[in-house]
Amino acid sequence: MTNLSDFTPNEMMTIAAARALSNDDVCFVGIGAPSAACNVARLTHAPDITLIYESGTIGTAPNVLPLSIGDGELCETAVTTVSVPEMFRYWLQGGRISIGFLGAAQLDRFGNINTTVIGDYHKPKVRLPGGGGAPEIASSCKQVFITMKQATRGMVEKIDFYTSFGHGEGGNHRERLGIKTKGPTLLITDLAIWKPDPETKEFTVVSMHRGVTRDKVQETCGWKARFSDRLEETPPPSELELTTLRELQARTEKAHGGKKGN
Amino acid sequence: MAKFQSLKEAVAENLRDGDVVAFEGFTHLIPHAAAHEAIRQGRKDLTLIRMTPDIVYDQMIGMGLAKKVIFSYAGNPGVGLLRRMRDAIENSWPRGIETEEHSHASMANAYEAGAAGLPCAVFRGYRGAGLKEVNPNIRSVTCPFTGEELAAVPAHRPDVAFVHAQKANRRGDVLVEGIIGVQKEAVLAAKRSVVTVEEIVEDFDDLHPNLCILPHWTVTSIVHVPGGAHPSYTHGYYDRDNAAYLEWDKISADRDLFSAWIKENVLEVGPEAFAGRVKGL
Repeated sequence: MTNLSDFTPNEMMTIAAARALSNDDVCFVGIGAPSAACNVARLTHAPDITLIYESGTIGTAPNVLPLSIGDGELCETAVTTVSVPEMFRYWLQGGRISIGFLGAAQLDRFGNINTTVIGDYHKPKVRLPGGGGAPEIASSCKQVFITMKQATRGMVEKIDFYTSFGHGEGGNHRERLGIKTKGPTLLITDLAIWKPDPETKEFTVVSMHRGVTRDKVQETCGWKARFSDRLEETPPPSELELTTLRELQARTEKAHGGKKGN
Repeated sequence: MAKFQSLKEAVAENLRDGDVVAFEGFTHLIPHAAAHEAIRQGRKDLTLIRMTPDIVYDQMIGMGLAKKVIFSYAGNPGVGLLRRMRDAIENSWPRGIETEEHSHASMANAYEAGAAGLPCAVFRGYRGAGLKEVNPNIRSVTCPFTGEELAAVPAHRPDVAFVHAQKANRRGDVLVEGIIGVQKEAVLAAKRSVVTVEEIVEDFDDLHPNLCILPHWTVTSIVHVPGGAHPSYTHGYYDRDNAAYLEWDKISADRDLFSAWIKENVLEVGPEAFAGRVKGL
């Protein structure tokens, strides 16, 4: 029997992110936390969701979470597998993806993401892996969801590098650059759900997970957090959601010999 | 016309010091055996192109083969960072390297433009992205019909491309299946190409007509290397050796451990060692 009262903040984050996806979505799945959320959605309320990984697999339905974005199971369970140029040209650039789901090393209040360097680009303190598909996922998908654990070193006042563009300096900055898609519309963390203010585009807390306080949200966020006037409590995981996530993770650990998958 | 050769001959004839070279494979079908032969033959001053450099370029960079890397994601997939590549960038060990960084869309478009014989690739990309501020090869063009500003990057035209595939037939046609990445584009964009394969069969008569096939006259050299993608995988033959990718994180963290690993697993063995490495996967 699943113990519903002691879910972890990470489990709440994954499940809250899964709930944001619907059956009709065509979702470009980034590596890391997004993959678990997308597959929980597929295994619960959105069985017909189309999951796409940048390795070219379209409509994939893995039984375990992949360790890399090109695991064989993604291809074996996909409706079709296309080349990488076709993936980025026809499917992403062609405007066929409704949601791009990204993680972030560094994020600012306007949903701009850095996964490239900490410090100066030419003399980095830490050289991170880089953007991969993210720069164009952020601009070509109809909207972008972001999921990450809250920490002051991740949610920062100013990111060191614009790997992928969110709302820039806020307001209509995307439009001014000729970007026609909505950009980040949702941020799901281990503590809260954030949505951009309709005017300023600054992320605002609209819902806190059970047991989370405003102070806790602020302590783990590097910018001055804004809270909605109509702040809600995120409904805790249902038994189906929690069981589905835990079983997926158990299958994944077994398949990858102790490694959790992405 | 594709020649059937040993890996030693294929690398000696096709890869020269100073070449621009792509060893491609998007997580799947990564030509590790061919890269190890390049390390054994001690090529130097190479410009390495690859979307996802991963551990095979970590090994080549750590052995000092590269002067420049053109890439879009420099990580050990599912594990973390590339420690040898970072040591070269941050500390110039064993030598400094130049880097030219793109997005995946940009790299994929650049290979496709190379295969299409175009001088540059044009696509909708890099909007608001920081890379165009630090990479002078990311420019823009204006669509002459709509006025839309689009990103432009130079086509990839490698001197030589190395890829791994499932099988070749006796004529030298090559079958690639599963996650096919940018291998077809890399081979067609390159002046020369070397394909290592799991298996050589008599003919392809019973295959589906729309499979990804490189006709024999587009391939310079074919080499039979069973297991040649390890620790990457070959769809239909063996799975990815995830433990090896995790282990690489420890090996690559230390210069001495790295050097000892290369000596034991690359310098003192040949391509025939790969078949044993994929047993049980």
